[in-house]
Amino acid sequence: MSETEIKPITMNFGPQHPAAHGVLRLVFEMDGEIIKRADPHIGLLHRGTEKLIENKTYLQALPYFDRLDYVSPMNQEHAWSLAVEKVLNINVPERGQYIRVLFCELGRILNHILNLTAFAIDVGAMTPLLWGFEEREILLSFYERASGARFHAAYFRPGGVHQDIPEELLDDIHKWLKNFPNFINDLETLLTENRIFKQRTVDIGVVSKEDALNLGFSGPPLRASGHAWDLRKDQPYDVYSKMDFDIPIGNTGDCYARYLVRVEEMRQSCKIVEQCINNMPKGIVLANDAKMAPPSRKEMKGSMEALIHHFKLYTEGVHVPEAETYTAVEAPKGEFGVFLVSDGTNKPYRAKLRAPGFQFLAATEHMCKGHMLADSVAVIGSMDLVFGEIDR
Amino acid sequence: MNNSLNKENDQFLETIKSTIGKDIIETKVFFNDYQIIVPSKKIFDVLTKLHSNSYFAFDQLIDITAIDYPEKSTRFEVVYLLLSTITNHRLTVKIYVNEGELIQSSVSIFKSANWSEREIWDMFGIFFSGHPDLRRLLTDYGFEGHPLRKDFPLTGRVQVKYDTDQNKVIYEPVNLVQEYRDFDFLSPWERPYNKEINDTGDKN
Repeated sequence: MSETEIKPITMNFGPQHPAAHGVLRLVFEMDGEIIKRADPHIGLLHRGTEKLIENKTYLQALPYFDRLDYVSPMNQEHAWSLAVEKVLNINVPERGQYIRVLFCELGRILNHILNLTAFAIDVGAMTPLLWGFEEREILLSFYERASGARFHAAYFRPGGVHQDIPEELLDDIHKWLKNFPNFINDLETLLTENRIFKQRTVDIGVVSKEDALNLGFSGPPLRASGHAWDLRKDQPYDVYSKMDFDIPIGNTGDCYARYLVRVEEMRQSCKIVEQCINNMPKGIVLANDAKMAPPSRKEMKGSMEALIHHFKLYTEGVHVPEAETYTAVEAPKGEFGVFLVSDGTNKPYRAKLRAPGFQFLAATEHMCKGHMLADSVAVIGSMDLVFGEIDR
Repeated sequence: MNNSLNKENDQFLETIKSTIGKDIIETKVFFNDYQIIVPSKKIFDVLTKLHSNSYFAFDQLIDITAIDYPEKSTRFEVVYLLLSTITNHRLTVKIYVNEGELIQSSVSIFKSANWSEREIWDMFGIFFSGHPDLRRLLTDYGFEGHPLRKDFPLTGRVQVKYDTDQNKVIYEPVNLVQEYRDFDFLSPWERPYNKEINDTGDKN
């Protein structure tokens, strides 16, 4: 039989595909079933967040952060609040810091539940998603009771958090926390030793430690490649330095390792949540500085000065002195950072948002090359992509 | 404890100065964020030195970004954010670039520079030479202009809609039903906090 040359096929994946996790258009060049080239086309959800932030005051810019990674909104707000606090030199009251850490960890669980279960449905397991959303709904109700909104909370503010949490909330979170490890165990019985799940994920999309660093990976994918690096430990912010928790790392750097790291991270987050509840101090939650943080409602009704401060803070906003700083937090997906250029006025001159998913997606070709078409779905699922933060 | 930390950080800056040597134009410190400014022609060498140095290997390029100052003689500042996961240090490297000037691409040192450079080309129109695939990244296919430049209007220049007569999506100039409201709350006389904060900021 004579040899015939087969022309590579160009194939479109997305932008509307349930496994694309949003609006990703991937252009594959295929040699039969094997991926030769993968070229992600992004920007379909580009809303110009950075440009908008340049035209808003520092407080008005905050809600945009909820809309970046909308799976774990408060973690993004945290980065912005810390960046502004750093330049303004505000100290956050301890109770405010504890509440922020508490809700960041709830956000991490929220994120990992969605990612792990959506990853499972990508590779064929339907049940975890249905179970996971039940837990997510409970967590979102905690968000709602603290901030008034399930998703777009705008709860963390420069100087602390917007309002104190209701009294019974901590007890309810504690009650939920007692049962939650059972959910993780149930999830693991469905997936961890599942033959099909392992066949789809083990040795797929392997990234070595050196490559992971060079490709700009952070968060669970970097740790799954065997590098123990977590900003909560290495460059702690708020009260993370007082928390006792471990950093799980993987050895293999494949999709399965990324799954395992996230499962263990949920357990560690539970530990942190428990410590926050047990050690939660009494006191104020927002910095007591009339020039930076708005006065309480009660004070505002009686005091002329408080009324003026309130008015000025919500219209003109705070003047932030000239500086160029980079502030990063360990968001559930990885290092989320804000490069803030302030010029002494009430609006940021430039704010660059560093999204962890951006670099993961840039590495798609590195991870997919040589794999089968179906494996690209597992790779994308394990990278934890949310297009709100990638397209910004 | 704070003092010893500062000493350690000063030492860190000294080491960097001795490694890169005369290429440093200026060093700045903002709230323990160290920034060095180097000539734009030397950026590739400086990044190579910082990446391969065994003492403080900066193994991650977190991001590259740019800032637009239309009124300055060199219009753009390009900022490289580096992280060393070995010594736990961050460093900002900055260059000044004019419009139309070429910057040598750093993709061969850090693969993570690939999309960051594409984004800068897209958003600011700064060109990187030696980049393997410098296409627009975030904007629409066939987009014109560079949105994050200060002279680009916030509303953009075109809007899209589905035209039922032609049965296709069409582009047309932006038509604002309501005039764009620019709230200027900046009070002309009040600038009280800057000095106070800068004073306390310096102490830390």
